[in-house]
Amino acid sequence: MLESSTGKALESIAPTPSKYMRLNLGPSHPATHGTLRIFVELEGELIRGMKLEIGYLHRCFEKMAETHPWNQVIPFTDRLNYVSAMMNNVGYVMAVEKLLGIEVTKRCQRIRLIMCELSRIVDHLVCIGTNAVDVGALTCFWYFFRERENIYDLFEAVCGARLTTAFTRVGGLYKDIPDGWVEWCGRVLENLPRTIDDVDGLLTNNRIWIDRTRGVAPISPELALEYGFTGPCLRATGIAYDIRRVNPYYEYGNFEWDVVTETGGDTYARYLVRMQEMRQSLRILKQALKDIPEGSVNVDDWSITLPPKEDVYNSIEGLMAHFKLIMHGIRPPMGEVYSATEAANGELGFYIRSEEEGAPFRCRVRPPCFAIYQAFPEMLMGQTVSDAVAALGSLNIVAGELDR
Amino acid sequence: MLEIDINWIDSKYPGLLAVAKEFILGQEPMSPEPVIILKSEGIRVVVPFLISSGERPMTTMVDLFAFDYLKSKLDMPERFAVVYQFANLMENRRIFLKVYLDEDKPEVDSIHDLVRAANWFEREAWDLYGVVFRGHPNLVRILCHQDFEGHPLRKDYPANQFQRLKSSTSSQGL
Repeated sequence: MLESSTGKALESIAPTPSKYMRLNLGPSHPATHGTLRIFVELEGELIRGMKLEIGYLHRCFEKMAETHPWNQVIPFTDRLNYVSAMMNNVGYVMAVEKLLGIEVTKRCQRIRLIMCELSRIVDHLVCIGTNAVDVGALTCFWYFFRERENIYDLFEAVCGARLTTAFTRVGGLYKDIPDGWVEWCGRVLENLPRTIDDVDGLLTNNRIWIDRTRGVAPISPELALEYGFTGPCLRATGIAYDIRRVNPYYEYGNFEWDVVTETGGDTYARYLVRMQEMRQSLRILKQALKDIPEGSVNVDDWSITLPPKEDVYNSIEGLMAHFKLIMHGIRPPMGEVYSATEAANGELGFYIRSEEEGAPFRCRVRPPCFAIYQAFPEMLMGQTVSDAVAALGSLNIVAGELDR
Repeated sequence: MLEIDINWIDSKYPGLLAVAKEFILGQEPMSPEPVIILKSEGIRVVVPFLISSGERPMTTMVDLFAFDYLKSKLDMPERFAVVYQFANLMENRRIFLKVYLDEDKPEVDSIHDLVRAANWFEREAWDLYGVVFRGHPNLVRILCHQDFEGHPLRKDYPANQFQRLKSSTSSQGL
């Protein structure tokens, strides 16, 4: 009976007959939003034991990164947290730029920041929307996914893709933003506060929602730290850790915004944190969309970014630089760096070692989900199966990032 | 090649030298991050100190992963290494510990009982690199299939190698 389709051992539930009923949630279940297998032992409705099996979406990102040129790793990063691919793109190129010891142009920094905040909003919209669906509130899902589509239209306009954006390049961006994009973005964002208010009105004081989420799957601040929580799940326990504030990159230090925290560490607190973070992201975006610095989006170094096409076709230097970069790629100097960004789920870190080759020697991703999901059994002990479904959505486990 | 900058370690992590001087081999010269290279037997001395050292402990184990230096251009001390990253998140202090491990016997003590986060990270390092964590209660594959042979992130495992799945199901461990 209890067989695993990937054959991996689920920690160690004893194979002897048990007084508890055993049940598989997943691996393919509407509430897992991805392929996760949760194996529970139940006493009536109550969870008395839980084992997790992951790896269904393992594509060996780190091995692939070692066999591809530096810039060609970027499309792979899209497939980590595929809900907010822009932030993975930015996180990876930031680490490579740290290896190279370069700083990207002011315009590039600003555009990356805008994309990151738009992605954060999308990620939170999806997380809250699907979480609400899991507990039976379909309306919020439609409201939020309408806004999500609008933001994906913005992404499509800058890079041609909605989900798998691959927008950044080492030392710059694939392209500058098109004319009129900033105004369009402003119009899209004008609608958002109203949508957030609508869902706020539907959920925050909704008795059913509160019953289903308050006190569900709580975690204490101490335990959250020990498990390596970061991002909204950690801030929901009352710890105001946000890399954008503690160790600001790009222009996060110059804008006015607040780190959102809640207490309780339960599903309701995580929901509240995400709702308010969207409002904070809107605040940042409002400031960031004003006075975008002029100039190029790529660093002025043809050994890192492609030269403009006019130079490629009209000068021998441009042609050579283009050829060299396409054929040999960039070659960062020897070194090992760690660079972390605040992704939608928490700290997304890249530990990269370069040996002056065309591809990374080692590219380690520190995924925020992996640490968070590990605490899931402990958070759910003694709670009900329906709590597990509500809690899973609020942790925002994205299988692409979890399994890499 | 490994040099110990005693003043640097002492200024960043007061007390660490007193506790673990005999285990500290040096700093990683290739990295701008604070990477301390340790003897593998020192890990269970240094980690307890880091997570409970007075008023400024490291609150979180952020990451744990392995390295395979087989095809490195440089003359590395050993083939394998495990890197631990500890942080005090609010103070934005980080420390990396690197432990080099022998090619024939890549083994290091598990720290799963000291830091809860280590459990899965150690399983992952074992799965992908074959590093054995002594004392780990459940050192089984976490990302690859249980019937997978070898350790895919090792440098001598070809990136394009496929394995045929021999069994579709298995109930080991259930």
